[in-house]
Amino acid sequence: MRSSLERILLPVGVTSCFIALWHGLVLWSGSTIFPTPVDAFTGIVELMRHGVLLNYIVASLFRVSVGFLLAVLIGIPAGLFVGWFGRAFSAFNPLIQILRPISPIAWIPVAILWFGLSDLAPIFLIFLSSIFPILTATIAAVQNIQLVYLRAARNFHVHGLALFKKIILPATMPQIITGIRLALGIAWLVVVAAEMIAVNSGLGYLIIDARNAGKRYDLVVAGMILIGLIGLILDLAIRKLQQLDEVRWGFQSFAAR
Amino acid sequence: MEGTSPPKILLRDLSMTFPGAMNGVPLPVFERVNLRVEEGEFVCIVGPSGCGKTTLLNVIAGFLKTTGGHVLIDGEEVLVPDHRRIFIFQECGVFPWLRVDENVGFGILHSPKENRRRIIRHYVEMVGLTGFEKAYPSELSGGMKQRVEIARALAANPDVLFMDEPFGALDYFTRLRMRAELVSIWEREKKTILFVTHDVEEAMQLADRVVVMSRRPATIRTIIEITLPRPRVLDAQEYIDMRNGIFEAMGLDHSGLGSASDAKKSSD
Ligand SMILES: Nc1ncnc2c1ncn2[C@@H]1O[C@H](COP(=O)(O)OP(=O)(O)O)[C@@H](O)[C@H]1O
Ligand SMILES: [Mg+2]
Repeated sequence: MRSSLERILLPVGVTSCFIALWHGLVLWSGSTIFPTPVDAFTGIVELMRHGVLLNYIVASLFRVSVGFLLAVLIGIPAGLFVGWFGRAFSAFNPLIQILRPISPIAWIPVAILWFGLSDLAPIFLIFLSSIFPILTATIAAVQNIQLVYLRAARNFHVHGLALFKKIILPATMPQIITGIRLALGIAWLVVVAAEMIAVNSGLGYLIIDARNAGKRYDLVVAGMILIGLIGLILDLAIRKLQQLDEVRWGFQSFAAR
Repeated sequence: MEGTSPPKILLRDLSMTFPGAMNGVPLPVFERVNLRVEEGEFVCIVGPSGCGKTTLLNVIAGFLKTTGGHVLIDGEEVLVPDHRRIFIFQECGVFPWLRVDENVGFGILHSPKENRRRIIRHYVEMVGLTGFEKAYPSELSGGMKQRVEIARALAANPDVLFMDEPFGALDYFTRLRMRAELVSIWEREKKTILFVTHDVEEAMQLADRVVVMSRRPATIRTIIEITLPRPRVLDAQEYIDMRNGIFEAMGLDHSGLGSASDAKKSSD
């Protein structure tokens, strides 16, 4: 077991070293365009003073929430259905496997064609990028349910809706949550890319605009840092799901206690 | 135990062949098994690993369809599983997402609430898990999990228990204790028990009768009746002779097999 001092000191130390190295390299290279950590930090302060920052963050989070929630609401039931019924799996799996490896970035032109330069385009892209990890995880989770659990349930005459509620859903939940977590990470990656092209607000737009409008690389890096921090917060929030009593059994951290 | 009353379980010419299990060649697992089990009897089925004991028990329980012959329980043909006959699985069928008390009460979901709570408390206590009602299975040892499964089965008040090597994954001493507990539960609850094991000594400690199966395709080699009172001491000469007879019937070399296989598996 690591002590709590170690848990705080180690990451703080490594991160400080990274920032120091960054600072040193910029000074050593003599670059006047690429910002030092101090420039990036003052960039963040400047963005906050400017007033648009909060709007941009809200815009990005809104797009991610809508696209991601749609993917959860459609992906989980669809995955349960396709995973449970062998015939549905034979019918749908090849199509899923063909669509899945297409990068969401490749869909950007299509999204603009269909939805124009509106919120709908990035929402559509986020939906596309999140639904495949959720679908894949849910299908695999259903197919991995151990036969003993299904047999035990049959033995006690648990069928139909009760089987779904008492066995299928809880047995698959840990793996589904892992898929959801993966999907949210990808959604946050994709929203930035989508906003660089398809709209004119949001954190992705902030970055591309800072570059195009005046080579303000301090603001570019400031935007990148904010994206990283918000992504971290999102992941921490979704990780809370793994600590629910009903699913803790499915995660390593619980078994290792 | 005479055959005047109808038998609890009757196997008539039971055969099972898996169709093309490997490279399209049908795999005959057991052939022409005939067996009569009386109400309240404790019958052990022993045989070498892979001879088809699990398959046989699955067919009798109704999880698998037979390819020949009949299974009759209380005179009725078995086609599907039934909650009056509960299966205890080799791989442990306790649900990891439910707490101990929820697992134990799983077979009586439709009982009135107060009644259900009383039954859960009774069987949790019987298997010695009082105080662990709110624990999750992953917080329990292998032996405790196995006891949860036994309590879950008993709580549903079945009249037959099918047990498939239930103590196989436990360490040596836990296994000995679980056997003794099972015998005392059986003496109290008067269930008919069909207990599968590859451990001949385990069978001799538990059973009224030991059914000895051969290698695959398995047939019943012999059935040995053990009338001596429990708890049984296994180093008496008559047991050693009986054990060697069983090894011979299974077609195994019996030089020191029993204790060696016990010692090998004592991990945890
Ligand atoms: N569902 C199945 N399909 C095909 N072959 C199977 C199946 N289940 C078991 N077998 C085969 O049947 C034989 C007997 O298996 P099993 O009943 O598990 O033996 P035991 O419980 O005595 O160790 C083994 O050779 C196994 O590979
Ligand atoms: Mg087996």
